[in-house]
Amino acid sequence: MKTIGVLAFQGDVREHLASVEAAGAKSIEVRTAAELASIDGLILPGGESTTISKLARIFELFDPLKSAIANGMPTFGTCAGLILLADRILDGIEGQETFGGLDVTVRRNAFGHQTESFETNLAFKGIEGPDMVAAFIRAPIIEQVGVEAEVLATLSTGAVVAVRQNSILGISFHPEVTDENRVHRFFIDSMVSA
Amino acid sequence: MSESQNNNVATTRVKRGLAEMLKGGVIMDVVNVEQAKIAEDAGAVAVMALERVPADIRAQGGVARMSDPDMIDEIINAVSIPVMAKARIGHFVEAQILEALNVDYIDESEVLSPADYVNHIDKWNFKVPFVCGATNLGEALRRITEGAAMIRSKGEAGTGDVSEATKHIRTIGGEIRALAAKTNDELYVAAKELQAPYDLVVEVARSGKLPVVMFTAGGVATPADAAMMMQLGADGVFVGSGIFKSGDPVARAKAVVKAVTFYNDPSVLASVSRGLGEAMVGINVNDIPAPHRLADRGW
Repeated sequence: MKTIGVLAFQGDVREHLASVEAAGAKSIEVRTAAELASIDGLILPGGESTTISKLARIFELFDPLKSAIANGMPTFGTCAGLILLADRILDGIEGQETFGGLDVTVRRNAFGHQTESFETNLAFKGIEGPDMVAAFIRAPIIEQVGVEAEVLATLSTGAVVAVRQNSILGISFHPEVTDENRVHRFFIDSMVSA
Repeated sequence: MSESQNNNVATTRVKRGLAEMLKGGVIMDVVNVEQAKIAEDAGAVAVMALERVPADIRAQGGVARMSDPDMIDEIINAVSIPVMAKARIGHFVEAQILEALNVDYIDESEVLSPADYVNHIDKWNFKVPFVCGATNLGEALRRITEGAAMIRSKGEAGTGDVSEATKHIRTIGGEIRALAAKTNDELYVAAKELQAPYDLVVEVARSGKLPVVMFTAGGVATPADAAMMMQLGADGVFVGSGIFKSGDPVARAKAVVKAVTFYNDPSVLASVSRGLGEAMVGINVNDIPAPHRLADRGW
């Protein structure tokens, strides 16, 4: 069985662990280099991107994560996780670091304050069936997409909200809070090998 | 792209969802831009903007109200993490103003002087989500019924004495466990005793947890206090006076953030507890006369 690790410094870790189990894989929490070394695929959860990257630095997991991702570890990030996977960010705090890997520019908090957070229905390239319900919570959007990255979902405004580049999948919204399991299945079934 | 795309703002799911994203984090009380930046730099997941921390409200007395909009604006502009602000219990116009200021969460808080001793705010009327305090399960469920999207166990704010926070989170956890053990026919009486809607009581009994995120607050002053709240089942921690009333706020803010992430690892907790300087002086809750206990506000 494939083992998927959820980076567990802060954020909606519990929801991702449940989504992984529901998608038929084994889930573990990742806080150490040993845990990182034991997994087949990695999830970077929703949360506060500034907090997660600081904690990764403090607990000496920043460089191991960055090199694991750069060396092809299948990785899936939602919301804050997308920000952490972006090579370039806008509206970050001074000195905010990301693990990188996605050749995209991501704007933090692109829809405004919490009162602008919303749910909508969305088609996702490569995922069959009806549109998915997508929750955007103080969400980022992908403003520039490099030639290597493929756009998988957009809003009706044209805003890019999901991209894949080789072994890395980054999305602006939270399938883990809407009982939407198909994105986790897509990641585990088609991007992670045992 | 979808054929027809309808955006629904401020749904229950996105209100509760923001609290889900704060889990495992620390929310810090701040009274100015400088403190807000220290909190963000330390890794806080959100800040609570207010004019006086609870220890000062307690020391200075008088009526405590919503903060100055200019001060809230300055903090919103200074940090990129969510900004919360407090409205008085029942003061729905303070809440309307805070929503107009675009705060990310409103705390309908017993730390301020209540504006209504009968009714809380009807929180379903707002796009902005609310967090409310609770000392027991019935109180938490009544707040959720009124639309709260997050619960904060109350503790006794501004004391640096964690004993009430311990009592409240243990009480709520224990009542949930007791509910989960009840049979269907017993849940009708449980709902009556909890003074909470039957459907919500059944939901908690079946899932074994609240339908919203619960943080702990009120008296947390050290990394060990914060980690203990996490081990007792909190989803995260509010620290009010404990950081900026201590000897070295920068070091203490960072230490509490680390303690909440590694709450189950005593060796990490030992290391982050070193070299923090003086903790806030504090007041024993038992020395506070009953009329001055903030946790008794709200019903």
